[in-house]
Amino acid sequence: MKKKAKFGIGIGVIIVAMGFLAWLGYGESKTYYHTIAELQTQQGRALKQRMRVGGTVAPNSIHRYSGRVDFVLEGEGKSLPISYIGSDPLPDTFVDKAQALVEGSPGSDGRFVAEHVQAKCASKYEAAPGATGGAAASSTQHSGT
Amino acid sequence: MDVFGSFALLLAFVCAVYAFAGGIAAILTRHPLLVKSTRQAGIATCCLVFLGTFSLEYLFFSDNFANAYVVSHSNRDLSTFYKIAALWSGQEGSLLFWSFILAIYVFSVLIAYRNKNGELMPYVGVVMAGVQIFFLTLNNFVVSPFKALAIPGANGTMQLVARGDGNGLTPLLQYPEMVIHPPNLYSGYTGFTIPFAFALGALLARYPGEKWIHLTRKWTMIAWTFQTMGILLGAHWAYAVLGWGGYWGWDPVENASLLPWLTGTAFLHSVMMQEKRGMMKVWNVWLVFCTFLLCILGTLLTRSGVVSSVHAFAQSSIGNWFVGFIVIILLVCFGAYVKNRDYLKSENQLDAIVSRESSFLFNNLVLLVACIAVLSGTLFPVFSEWFTGDRISVGAPFFNKVNIPLGLLLLFLTGVGPLLAWRKTSTESLKRNFGWPLAIGVLGGAITFALGFRQFYSLVCLILCVFVASTITMEFYRGAKVIRTRSGASLAASAIDLTMRNTRRYGGYIVHMGMVLIFIGLAGAAFNRDVQKEMQLGSTMQIGPYTLLLQSVDTRPEKNYTAERMIVEVMKNNKPMMMLYPEKRRFATTVENGTMVAIYSTLKEDLYVVYAGQSPDTQLPVIHAYLNPLVKWIWFGGVVVVFGTLVALLPNRRAVLVLSGAQQPVGQQLQHGLTPSPSVTMREGHD
Repeated sequence: MKKKAKFGIGIGVIIVAMGFLAWLGYGESKTYYHTIAELQTQQGRALKQRMRVGGTVAPNSIHRYSGRVDFVLEGEGKSLPISYIGSDPLPDTFVDKAQALVEGSPGSDGRFVAEHVQAKCASKYEAAPGATGGAAASSTQHSGT
Repeated sequence: MDVFGSFALLLAFVCAVYAFAGGIAAILTRHPLLVKSTRQAGIATCCLVFLGTFSLEYLFFSDNFANAYVVSHSNRDLSTFYKIAALWSGQEGSLLFWSFILAIYVFSVLIAYRNKNGELMPYVGVVMAGVQIFFLTLNNFVVSPFKALAIPGANGTMQLVARGDGNGLTPLLQYPEMVIHPPNLYSGYTGFTIPFAFALGALLARYPGEKWIHLTRKWTMIAWTFQTMGILLGAHWAYAVLGWGGYWGWDPVENASLLPWLTGTAFLHSVMMQEKRGMMKVWNVWLVFCTFLLCILGTLLTRSGVVSSVHAFAQSSIGNWFVGFIVIILLVCFGAYVKNRDYLKSENQLDAIVSRESSFLFNNLVLLVACIAVLSGTLFPVFSEWFTGDRISVGAPFFNKVNIPLGLLLLFLTGVGPLLAWRKTSTESLKRNFGWPLAIGVLGGAITFALGFRQFYSLVCLILCVFVASTITMEFYRGAKVIRTRSGASLAASAIDLTMRNTRRYGGYIVHMGMVLIFIGLAGAAFNRDVQKEMQLGSTMQIGPYTLLLQSVDTRPEKNYTAERMIVEVMKNNKPMMMLYPEKRRFATTVENGTMVAIYSTLKEDLYVVYAGQSPDTQLPVIHAYLNPLVKWIWFGGVVVVFGTLVALLPNRRAVLVLSGAQQPVGQQLQHGLTPSPSVTMREGHD
């Protein structure tokens, strides 16, 4: 067989095999992202997808029970009640007013059932416009400690 | 001091513009004064960046809470260690840090080559200045760290304020690795600017000869070492601090650091094809370009928030600047390529499929497919939103399914490649070189299979690891044996001598050995176990052969946090072994906690114990224990990889035979009282 054909087949086999595995992996892990506002307008089949929803944790909404954590996510003026079902401890960054991303699917009673919660530190990487104003707002004044 | 710092940065920007524009003028006119002054402007740019960075650090150390950046990331109680690291804990400071590390590289290059490669350096200087201009634009005009703290006053104008104390550094960052992971990773990312400058410069200059590939390769190796360390330190940090038991989550920011590493590794291999056989020139030049572009893409992904990540900064418009920069670079690279592509014509063709060239080709293919897979997976939400309107992301199952087989294929090539001959390998040579290692590998696999390990990928990984380790050991043994017969030294001394005579090759083998160790460590992940339990004082939990007994709880106040520690006694087969202290840290300035994992690490496995918090019903502490086999091999392998790269960077200790004839250099040292006569003199050769 010609050299080039042999190389071509070798390269082709690798690419096809990887493409197939990629397609399988995609099917297993694909997750849709929706905002809270979008979620409330989704109907039918879309409600059974695995999805991610992002927002800010409403203050004083975190309630921890054994095996479950309930809280409310807010975004763009709307709010969404969430139940995290699982035994893994939630990340240390998951506190009031933190930016959080939940992964799961909408439950039957209007609550969103989350299997996975990711939280980003609220104060660390401040949004650009709030840098000077926000510093004063989130003040934790210590007098000379 | 902040005025001084911001002025220094502004001046740096001006010098960089001169270095760039003047550099272009110097190339066109070849006026020696222009060449010299633009080089000096380049050096001045770097020095001014150093001054700007030191000024910002000074603001941290002097607790200057009139500066907005210092207020957000530091407080009086923060230890000195972390006040240094606070410099790079936020957007503005970390971009200044980027310019700082880049300036160290540019400074070194300008000084090191000030009297060499005269035809090439002006072009390299222009490219480096161009990159510096971009980052200094951000440092000066877009996200300056020298902004004063101000709040809207009563009549709507901004009023300057100074606070008594700052917000402090995020608890998650108060860990020693915060001080070493970013500098290493940034040294990797920025370091790839230098080979990019050499490659683009050489292409634009149509620099004769292969000297530029030498220089490009050396600087790529330096950047690559830092990138490797940065990635491994990040993985170790995630493992030791977050408490989720893993070290790699295929998070977009993690992936961003892996992408240039993959193309950089591909380049380090395919460059050998260019050096030995004058092939793959176009491919190599574009690999270097892509590596640099992926670095900029990486920092774009991290800073713009375009894909959601636990690491990423908040969404901001800074992403647009990076996109613009990437577009400009692509246009320049493409233009340079189109104009000068005949300069890159190949001298030879591929001869046979079973040859070293083809193993390099497949090495590059595998690395590039992995790179494309990781890139597509990471950017999938962006592309899916463009085309379908839905943001769809993919997770670990996708990345693992594709990258595990690719990794194993790469491992296989690592064993096979170095033993194939250039151009074409005969079947006898194949049998002679691979017979034993293959047999040992299969034997290793059979033993593990018999011991009960049935996981397919782990088995294949182990067989390949043993195979590759055997080929590498054989290479050292064969070479050392030859030297030993000639010199009579011990096998170990001969092996060292062998390595120092060809540091690139044998240093490379050491790096491969390190990668084998890392793969062994990764294979262990298939056998991870964990147990989580609410524990009363005095109760026990069992994981594997270990019994954990919760003896007591204590609270310890520290400088800026209070540590709540679990005192856990570990017993193995009912014999007391050691104490572990998993803890949670509550910080004074924020509502967040930090989790410190207690790890007992051996070569066989890691016992990883986390204080997960209190049970909401009973208020009892919850302990989560993991048994992670072979993790230590990863960190140990990383050390070996870095050691191997350092060896490969050393110049060869090579005996160069020179006929000195009648002329003796004045003042030459005579060895052992020998009289000078027309004879040979030994001199060190440099790669």
